[in-house]
Amino acid sequence: MDRRFPFKVLEHIFSFLDVNEDRNSVSMVCKSWFETERRTRKRVFVGNCYAVSPLKVARRFPKMRSLTLKGKPHFADYNLVPDGWGGYAWPWIEAMAARRPLLEEIRLKRMVVTDECLEKIAASFRDFKSLVLTSCEGFSTDGIAAVASTCRKLRDLELRECIVDDLGGDWLTYFPETSTSLASLDFSCLDSEVKLSDLERLLSRSPNLKSLKLNRSVTLDVLASLLRRAPQLVELGTGSFSDELDPEEISKLTKALSELKQLKSLSGLWDLLPEYIPVLYSVCPRLTSLNLSYATVQMPDLIDLLSRCSKLQKLWVMDLIEDKGLKTVALCCKELRELRVFPSGADLDETDVTLTEQGLVSVSEGCQKLESVLYFCVQFTNAALVSIAKNRPNFRCFRLCVMEPFAPDYRTQQPLDEGFKAIVERCKDLRRLSVSGLLTDKAFEYIGVHAKKLRMLSIAFAGDSDLMLHHLLSGCERLKKLEIRDCPFGDTALLENAAKLETMRSLWMSSCFVSFGACKQLSQKMPRLNVEVIDEHPPKTRPDSSPVERIYIYRTVAGPRQDTPEFVWTIHKNPEVGVSRLSIR
Amino acid sequence: MEGGSAIGSASTLSNDENLVVSSEDSSSPTENGLELRLTLSLGRKGYRDCRVSHVDDSSSSSSATPSSLSRASVTAGIKRTADSMAPTSGQVVGWPPIRTYRMNSMVNQAKTLAMEDPNTEVRQEVNNNRDDATKMRSSMFVKVTMDGIPIGRKIDLNAHKCYESLSNTLEDMFLKPNTVSSTQETDGHLETRLKILPDGSSGLVLTYEDKEGDWMLVGDVPWRMFIGSVKRLRIMKTSEATGAAKMNL
Repeated sequence: MDRRFPFKVLEHIFSFLDVNEDRNSVSMVCKSWFETERRTRKRVFVGNCYAVSPLKVARRFPKMRSLTLKGKPHFADYNLVPDGWGGYAWPWIEAMAARRPLLEEIRLKRMVVTDECLEKIAASFRDFKSLVLTSCEGFSTDGIAAVASTCRKLRDLELRECIVDDLGGDWLTYFPETSTSLASLDFSCLDSEVKLSDLERLLSRSPNLKSLKLNRSVTLDVLASLLRRAPQLVELGTGSFSDELDPEEISKLTKALSELKQLKSLSGLWDLLPEYIPVLYSVCPRLTSLNLSYATVQMPDLIDLLSRCSKLQKLWVMDLIEDKGLKTVALCCKELRELRVFPSGADLDETDVTLTEQGLVSVSEGCQKLESVLYFCVQFTNAALVSIAKNRPNFRCFRLCVMEPFAPDYRTQQPLDEGFKAIVERCKDLRRLSVSGLLTDKAFEYIGVHAKKLRMLSIAFAGDSDLMLHHLLSGCERLKKLEIRDCPFGDTALLENAAKLETMRSLWMSSCFVSFGACKQLSQKMPRLNVEVIDEHPPKTRPDSSPVERIYIYRTVAGPRQDTPEFVWTIHKNPEVGVSRLSIR
Repeated sequence: MEGGSAIGSASTLSNDENLVVSSEDSSSPTENGLELRLTLSLGRKGYRDCRVSHVDDSSSSSSATPSSLSRASVTAGIKRTADSMAPTSGQVVGWPPIRTYRMNSMVNQAKTLAMEDPNTEVRQEVNNNRDDATKMRSSMFVKVTMDGIPIGRKIDLNAHKCYESLSNTLEDMFLKPNTVSSTQETDGHLETRLKILPDGSSGLVLTYEDKEGDWMLVGDVPWRMFIGSVKRLRIMKTSEATGAAKMNL
C-alpha cells in the first residue's frame, strides 16, 4: 500500500509555508517532500550569487515567480572591494529568461547590472511586475527606459542607492501612455532632472501608486503640484527641501501635504530648512517611518518635529539631534523599533555636536520596543553599554560605531570588553552585531560564549591574537556572515576552524595577517569553499608566508567562478587530494 | 518505496543548496550610498606596517592577552601613524563605515553648516560641488547597435586608447556567439571580421553619430577628436553605409 501523502495534500500543506528556512527544512525530510517543496516554491532567495549556479536554481524551482540575489560582500559598501570584482547579474538573467519566463520579480543587491540585463528582462518576462535594485551599478537610464516601456504590468521600479549612468530624464516618458499599474517608483539615486510635466502626467495616470521617491533635483516649488496628483501615497521621498518659496507657495505645500491621509513614511528632505518644518506638522502624527538623515536642521528644530511623531517606528537622523533630541525621542516616540544616527561630518576635534553615549542610553530607557540600532559616536563607555543592555534585552540588531579606532572607555581607559559582554549576555535574540572601540580577545570570548543566535558580525581594528577568531568560529553556532578588517591574526585560527566555514555563507578578512600559504592549505582542505585572494600583487610572486591584502571565503556548490578579474585569485584545489565527503550539520 | 527512507544523496545535495538558497537574514535595510572607485590610502598601509612590527614581538595563538604595555604601544603606534597621516580618522579607507554617497553629502553639508545662514550662493556652490563629486567617473559609455540585432550594447570608450582596441572589443561583443543573447541571427557573420576602415572585404562597417547628429565613418579623424564628438556607435552593412555617406555629402 502506498503510505505517502498524495501529492496534492502535501502541496496544499506546503502552500502555507512562507519562510524559506522552513521550506529548506521540509525539503530534507525525504525525496518526495523535496520534490513537492521544490515544485511549490515561488520566492527564491540566493544570498551569494556565486554559491550555486543559475542553471541549477532555474531547474529546481519550476514555479519560481520571484528571485532575490546578492552579489558583492557587504564591505563593498565602504570601498573595500575593488571595482570589477564580480557579482554580474547577466548569467542569472540569461538563465531565467530561457527557463523561467513566468518570473515576475527580480531583486538584486550589490550586483553589476548592465543595460543588456535590463533589456533582456524587458524582452523575456511577459508578466514582469517588480524590479528592485539596491546598491547596484553598471546600467544607464536607457536600461530603465527599456523596462518602463516594455513591461506593461510593471508594478515596482525601485533604484535604491544605485550608481546609474544618468543620460537624462527622458526615461520617465517611456511608461505606457494609458494608465500604468505602478505601485512603487523610486528614482532617488538619479542625478539628472526629470521634466515636471512628464512627472505630473505619470502621476495622473498611475492611480495605484503608493510609494514615490523623487530625486534631489526635484525642487520644492513643484512638490505641491505633484502631491495633488497622488493623494493616495503611503510613502513619499521628497526632492530638495531648500528652495525659496513665497508664502502662498508655502501654504499650498502645507495643504497638499495635509491631504496625504495615508502617508506613513517620509524621506528625502534634502537640506531641509528650519522655516519649512511647520509644513510637515500635518503628516507627523501618522508617520511610522521618518528619514531625516539628509536634513541638516539642528536639534531644536528636530525636537519640534519629532515631538509630534508619536507613532514613529523607524527613525534615521544625523547626530545633529544631540543627546537632548534623543531624550525627546525617548519621551515621545514610544513605538520606536529602529534608530539610526549618522555622523554629520563634523571633524572629531570639534566639540560643537554634543551627541554622546547618553543619547543612546536615553532611547534604550524610553523606547520599550527598540530592537535595531545603528549608532555613530565619537567615544563610549562600558557603563553606558551595560545600561543599554539592561534596558533593552530585546535587541536583534546592535551596531555601534565608535569612530575613533581603538578608543577605550573614555572614563576608565579600559577596553570596551565588559560593555559588549553585557550586550551579548542580555540580548539573547541578537542576530546582528557590529563592534568597535578598543577590544581585546576577551570581548570575543564573551561573544563566542553568549551570542548563540548571532548571524552577522562586523569587526574592525580589534583583538590581539588568533584567539579572537578562534573564539568566534568555535562559539557562535549560528554565525553566517563574518567580516573583519584590520585585526592582527589569521592563519592558525582559520585553519583550526576550517570546517566551520562551510556552515557559513561567507567570511571577509582584509588587512589582517592571513598568509598566502594558509589560503592554499585552507582551499585544499575544504573542497566546497571558494577561497578568493584579492590582491594587487600576484600571490605567486611572493613567499607563502607573506600576508595577502584581502580574502573572501564562501561556501559554494558551483565550484570556482570563471569571471574573476586579474586581481582576484581563487586558490585551486589540489587534484591529488580530491574531493572528500564532509557531513553538513 | 520512498515512505520514510533515509536521507540520501539527493538530500545532501539539496541541503548544500538549501544552505545557500535560504531565507533572508536579518540584515537591515541599507543606508543611502553611491560607490566611488577604490583608492588605496597611505594611512592604511602605514597602519599595517605598524601592526606587523608589533605582532613579531609577541603573541601566538596560545598566549593570553598581551600585557597592557604592548597594547598601549600598539595603540600609540596606530595613533602616531594615523596622526602623521591625517588629523582626522577619515583618512583610512572605508572608515568610518559610511557609504560613499552619504560621505559626499556630508562633505557638502559640513560646508553649509559652517556658514551662519546658508544663503542661495552657498547652496549653489554646495550643489555644484556635489555635482562634481558625482560626475567624477572615468568611464564614458556610449550605445552600440548592430543591424539585425535587436538588443544594443554599451561600451566604455575611455577603456580604449585607439581604434584597434575598440574594434577588437566590438568584435568580441557582437561577433562571438557566447557574449550575445540567444536571439541573435549572426551565424552567417561568424567568419567576417569587423573592419573599422571599410575596405570592402567584410560585410560590415562601423559608424558613429557625432554631436551635430551626422553619421560618420569611424576612423577618419584622430582618436581624441573622435572621443570628443561621438555620441553613439552603429555597425552597419557596407551597402547601407555607402548610401548614408552619400546622403551626408
